Amino acid sequence: MRKPRAPGAVLAVLMLTASVGWSQEAGTTADTTAADTTADSTTAETPQDPSTAVAREEDGRYFNAEDIPTFNIAEDGTVDWRTYSGFRRYHAECHVCHGPDGEGSSYAPALKDSVMRIDYYEFVGIVAGGIQHVDAGNANVMPAFGTNVNVMCYLDDIYVYLRARGAGALERGRPAQREDKSDVIREDENACLGT
Amino acid sequence: MAPAFAQEAQTDQATETAPAAETAAATPAAATQGDLQTLIDDPTQWVIQTGDYANTRFSELDEINKDNVGDLQVAWTFSTGVLRGHEGSPLVIGDMMYLSTPFPNTVYALDLANEGRIAWRYDPQQDPNVIAVMCCDTVNRGVAYANNTIFLHQADTTVVALDAMTGEVKWSVKNGDAANGETNTATVMPVKDMILVGISGGEYGVRGHLTAYDQATGEMRWRAYSTGPDEEMLVDPQATTVLGEPIGENSSIESWEGDQWQIGGGTTWGWYSYDPELDLVYYGTGNPGTWNPSQRPGDNKWSMTIMARDPDDGMARWFYQKTPHDEWDYDGVNENILVDQEIDGEMRKLLVNFDRNGFSYTLDRETGELLIAEKYDPAVNWATEVVMDPASDQYGRPQVVADYSTRQAGEDTNVTGICPAALGSKDQQPAAFSPETGLFYVPTNHVCMDYEPFRVSYTGGQPYVGATLSMYPAPESHGGMGNFIAWDATTGEIKWSLPEQFSVWSGALATAGDIVFYGTLEGYLKAVDAETGDELYRFKTPSGIIGNVMTYEHGGKQYVAVLSGIGGWAGIGLAAGLTNPQEGLGAVGGYASLRDFTALGGQLTVFALPD
Repeated sequence: MRKPRAPGAVLAVLMLTASVGWSQEAGTTADTTAADTTADSTTAETPQDPSTAVAREEDGRYFNAEDIPTFNIAEDGTVDWRTYSGFRRYHAECHVCHGPDGEGSSYAPALKDSVMRIDYYEFVGIVAGGIQHVDAGNANVMPAFGTNVNVMCYLDDIYVYLRARGAGALERGRPAQREDKSDVIREDENACLGT
Repeated sequence: MAPAFAQEAQTDQATETAPAAETAAATPAAATQGDLQTLIDDPTQWVIQTGDYANTRFSELDEINKDNVGDLQVAWTFSTGVLRGHEGSPLVIGDMMYLSTPFPNTVYALDLANEGRIAWRYDPQQDPNVIAVMCCDTVNRGVAYANNTIFLHQADTTVVALDAMTGEVKWSVKNGDAANGETNTATVMPVKDMILVGISGGEYGVRGHLTAYDQATGEMRWRAYSTGPDEEMLVDPQATTVLGEPIGENSSIESWEGDQWQIGGGTTWGWYSYDPELDLVYYGTGNPGTWNPSQRPGDNKWSMTIMARDPDDGMARWFYQKTPHDEWDYDGVNENILVDQEIDGEMRKLLVNFDRNGFSYTLDRETGELLIAEKYDPAVNWATEVVMDPASDQYGRPQVVADYSTRQAGEDTNVTGICPAALGSKDQQPAAFSPETGLFYVPTNHVCMDYEPFRVSYTGGQPYVGATLSMYPAPESHGGMGNFIAWDATTGEIKWSLPEQFSVWSGALATAGDIVFYGTLEGYLKAVDAETGDELYRFKTPSGIIGNVMTYEHGGKQYVAVLSGIGGWAGIGLAAGLTNPQEGLGAVGGYASLRDFTALGGQLTVFALPD
């Protein structure tokens, strides 16, 4: 069972991300290096990667062996509902700073890479609580979305979408085919939104 | 410190030569106006961000001209110390250049008589939390000058008046509440003894307004909201007109459901213009909130509107709503350029507006009569036309194409192939007008989009968007994302069009040297022939250009200057390149990534001819 890292560690990770900023080349290189040194026999792209591999499904939602939400993409490209929903929510709430398709921008880091570096709990913590990196050369501030139901009710969707992008399982653009929204997902969404 | 502040002498001289009879009224207000007008009329200065009150961005300087611009060289450079999107431009008044940066909005006064030595700098202290509620980068479109005072409107909506000699704070006032999503990116406009100040936050459910503050004290004179009750909009139901007819009572409230007008947007973050003869100020209002049109039935007045107001009391003279019930985020804030041109053999006082929605509007700026509305990018497809027949019940309204209506498609439906994209056929990057050619020079975007609206709920200080967007270069065109065009506003026709790989996000400058300057997102400063569009000069500056080109004369020599520093909407949307989902997976990633061409920066580059 993983535990969320100390806030300081989260900040350090994000500071690295933030200082990379526009220069995604450097970010990508760092990613590759990290993957090379941590992955012994598998690579991030293979379905065997335990962090992305589906261990169980429940009402149209997919989880890995550690019960962390993950994406499910069929061979014909059909994505699970949450990945599709995450695409939509990302391009409503996140892309105005982080750029299209999780690719990063002149303003904010590429989240498709960030979610491969930080774990699920850090992701949730940063989105809910925000993060700042302000000094002489930088002024990177991410807001706290903890009170924003348009983000928080779709946090897992956005997470699995970005993971699918970061793992190379999903190309840029709108997923062409998707699974239907399950009744349970619909009920949970309404409960979360208070509608 | 005692640098040579020659603008003292300049200002005095200006006062002496000012046509005092014309400025008439015996009030100090009128005298101030006269001083500023005289400075603006002096082509050796660049006193106001828009070049002049009419927003023409035209300079009478002609030392640099189409025959010698090819010899242009870099004269000097200056790093701003900030690595974010740099919009706006420096000002030059006498021996002093004033420039400001994106957040933290540092202001520099550079002494041009002393090799650009920093005469003073002002470092505002702002809560960095404001960055988090600034949609799309921490840009700031520059400072304003009047009456020996520099006016800065900070990101956190603090308006501060600085002594132009020393940088000392004269007064400061808060124009909005960043905790509620109210921020600022715009410059302010000095008019008479006031400054006019807008507000940003259209993606946060902010209720837009324009506010006048006393130049000397910072005291609020009036505030005109874009939505709501007539008295809060400073609208007279009988005297204020729309297309020649009285606006009537409760025009805004009746165009919204319930009290949605309170979070209805209509922010005022663009450029402002002023006609001293008619004594009217002009500006535009932004998109209605949310981006999901199904959630806000009605025309959503007066978002997306050109407004003409009396600067003395803010009362509205006329309104024209360009995009009733917006379904695409076509903010109506772009600059209104005031020109006098002949239409059908008759000289008219015109207002020309290149709207985000892809139509260029020519109006009579005295009455608000609509004269011409034509597409300035052939790709525009969301509407067929704007109805010009006053007898029609659709008079002045765009005719929306059902296939591209995100309202008719409804929530959770992805509407594809809409042109232009949400960033518009043109965003705030201002066009220029040359009285010598009679043409407008317009930096444009050539980008289309898919748009899927969905239901959102409002939380104060949180984004209030409600749509998913994907953008891509206009299909079946040159593959690039921008054009730089020459436009005839008397006929509504494109004279020439220069394809650009990326959106053109830099303000243009036209000069009496028969040339037009603009910057590109790759970082090029380009000069083209004003008649033909032939490229005469290009130089690659250190970072992408989203600033506006300006010119001035110092020591008898003409200079051209522009800020580099990639960012803003362009840096966010185009950094990784665009994809066209309509073209299938094979074409994904096929378009140029801006980050392959340029990196973050923050630099002023000043050009001149060799000695």
